[in-house]
Amino acid sequence: MDLDRQMAPIQLGVDTSQSDNVLARRAFYERPEIEPPIPMPETILDVVRWCQKNSLWPVMLGLACCAIEMMAMAASRFDAARFGSEVFRPSPRQADLMIVSGWCSKKMAPVVRRVYDQMADPKWVIAMGACASCGGPHNIYSVLQGIDQVIPVDIYVPGCPPRPEALIYGILQLQKRIARNRAEA
Amino acid sequence: MATLQAIEQAVRQRFAEALVEVVVFRGELTLRVRREAVRDVLRFLRDAPDLRFDYLSDVTAVDFLEANNMRRVPRFEVVYHLLSLDYLHRVRVKAPVPEEDPRIDSVQDIWPTANWHEREVFDMFGITFDGHPDLTRILMPDDWEGHPLRKDFPIGGAVSFYFKRGTNEYAGEPPDMIPRIRRQDSDI
Amino acid sequence: MRTQRAAPGELTPEPSDLPRSEPERTPAGKIEPAQAAVDAAARQTVERTWENLEVLTLNMGPQHPSTHGVLRVVLDLEGERVVRTRPVIGYLHSGKEKLAEVKTYHQFIPYTDRLDYLSPMANNTAFVMTVEKLLGLDVTITCQYLRTLLCELARISSHCMFLAAHALELGASSAFMYGFREREKTYDLFEQICGARLTVSYMRVGGVWVTRGRMPDGWLDRVRAYIDSFPGALEEFDRLLTYNPIFMERTIGIGSISGPEAIALGLSGPNLRASGVAWDIRRSHPYLIYDQLDWNVAVEEAGDCYARYLVRMKEMRESVRIIRQCLDRWPDGPLNIDNPKVVYPPRAQLGYSMEALIHHFLIACEGFKTPVGEVYFAIENSKGEFGFYCVSDGGTRPYRLKIRSPSFASIQALDRLCRGALLADVVAIIGSLDIVLGDSDR
Repeated sequence: MDLDRQMAPIQLGVDTSQSDNVLARRAFYERPEIEPPIPMPETILDVVRWCQKNSLWPVMLGLACCAIEMMAMAASRFDAARFGSEVFRPSPRQADLMIVSGWCSKKMAPVVRRVYDQMADPKWVIAMGACASCGGPHNIYSVLQGIDQVIPVDIYVPGCPPRPEALIYGILQLQKRIARNRAEA
Repeated sequence: MATLQAIEQAVRQRFAEALVEVVVFRGELTLRVRREAVRDVLRFLRDAPDLRFDYLSDVTAVDFLEANNMRRVPRFEVVYHLLSLDYLHRVRVKAPVPEEDPRIDSVQDIWPTANWHEREVFDMFGITFDGHPDLTRILMPDDWEGHPLRKDFPIGGAVSFYFKRGTNEYAGEPPDMIPRIRRQDSDI
Repeated sequence: MRTQRAAPGELTPEPSDLPRSEPERTPAGKIEPAQAAVDAAARQTVERTWENLEVLTLNMGPQHPSTHGVLRVVLDLEGERVVRTRPVIGYLHSGKEKLAEVKTYHQFIPYTDRLDYLSPMANNTAFVMTVEKLLGLDVTITCQYLRTLLCELARISSHCMFLAAHALELGASSAFMYGFREREKTYDLFEQICGARLTVSYMRVGGVWVTRGRMPDGWLDRVRAYIDSFPGALEEFDRLLTYNPIFMERTIGIGSISGPEAIALGLSGPNLRASGVAWDIRRSHPYLIYDQLDWNVAVEEAGDCYARYLVRMKEMRESVRIIRQCLDRWPDGPLNIDNPKVVYPPRAQLGYSMEALIHHFLIACEGFKTPVGEVYFAIENSKGEFGFYCVSDGGTRPYRLKIRSPSFASIQALDRLCRGALLADVVAIIGSLDIVLGDSDR
């Protein structure tokens, strides 16, 4: 039972609280609410948020096995189109939701970050599966232990892979968050 | 289909001094040859009319550094898996490679499929293939340090690895747009 | 560009290696050039401009809807024509071979699901049979029939995904829905037998995972119902794609490769059989019960994308035949072998048998020991020759596990296949190779 070898080196004694990614994530979650440029009645903002949440267009970022379940969600049995995701846009400039599906290797991380940066605000991120949330079973030198090390994540969907129904549940939770427009829960 | 003894005899007749060891285990033939002769042995195996191993399944390597019954000098062993589509026989050819001089001849002109396999062995073990046209990293990023499948490379990576927002000066982008990989040496 | 037949080990020359004609220089210093000379000079200037076209390097990046995962292809284009492609892989590398050195054989089975994630049953089977070969074990006849059936179901499911993705990239978006509809039915069957749709981890060394010692009731009848309905779905795909003029125009003659070149490049599976090489590991080195069943090897001669599509369609029909024969001859009997050192004892025995408890504890915590030695075992996956090379040091973990993945060689052949193709053909060629990046990057 060589547990010490089985688990990757846990960073004991290294203070990561001032690391850039940790600070960036905290800054993102504590950001102030976006103020509209001119004062608007709340009903208009509610309508805007209703439109946003019911027309989430994901960008095609299928990395690994979770991408197959994401495609199954888009297919005819679990039909993501009824939730507004009518098209999966190949270009990030036309999308507002990024579903990171699959493990992100360290070679791929700058690419994911670049695709995220190319998306226009407002944008949301769902980390689909165990690998995107925390590295999953891949506790290894080349896999990023969670995509939230490079991009801020709104919803984590556990599973390996999560069933399409679980991913739809994650999208519904995201829709509730958009309706409230709060950074925290 | 030549029997395993026939394949072994054919190689032994031609390369008696290069053939170091022959093992038959679970119906598979393994020939260990010296690394200077590995190109000639493989070319002979491909071209001999009664052997005709025209398909190279796999090129890989094994690192014998573990402090148990597997520790061995020389440290590495490059392994070739050959297959004959006409005669249906398989053979495994192994060539020991020492740690202080991790080089061996490339066979990518004998079988073009060896090109990427040898790149992967170089990436994972650090064994250089002489005569390879493009020996660069294939699975790891180009600026990765270390060879991951060596036994002394820790499973979590040698240095801890964080991403930092920085400037990609080559792309001329404004600062704080693109991340740059920053390594932070670990204390432990 | 037509390909010439090449000797084994050689490839046809690259277009840049072919000799180019030197443009003739006009004589300098002529004060009053004749009109013909002026025309000749103008023509040569135009020719020189056309000959010195700049090569455009285009990056078909890892995030791309048509690259079947995170494959990056750096294309050198001359106008619309591809001069050279450099595929870059490694964006999905997850070090499974390194992980195998710290996990026991049982603990590694879930990692094999994530290799070729379109047909995980076949990956599990390959790994488990490698370990069984190392141990020298034979499994029961019922287990062999079940493994054959599940491998063929995995092949059908993977080829449906090929149809879905390949046709979608060529513009037939309904085929995507049809393909996933068939995949959902196989997912239901997998879920009924082992609880998971995609990453099944169903095979064990010495048998399969069973609960209460038997398969779920009525599962075989459900498989039979699916197999009876599947040829109808294949007819739908046929009507949609096989004689569709757009599909034929986009795939016939594209990405041609001859048999000897395909062998030299290490292609296997449908990619090799589409070039006229009748090589199938199920026929040449039979494993499980393939030598007892009546089925044909699917071969085509042309070697282009259309031939690869036809081979996969034929293979699905042969898989239907194989599954039907398995169901007709199904033997009753135990699924797992009776070796307590390797196979978990039945759960009920843990309540009253000390030996069963000890064996369960040892297998779960420490694993079973394998003899010192090395084996290589390959099966015919839906992508090609999928093999494991396992070196054992006598312990409970592999000392070295190398995964021979068919997609690795297929992607390497991309440069040779895309030679002279147009930019839009690159998409067709990548789709026709049916690559899975989890398989090639491991």
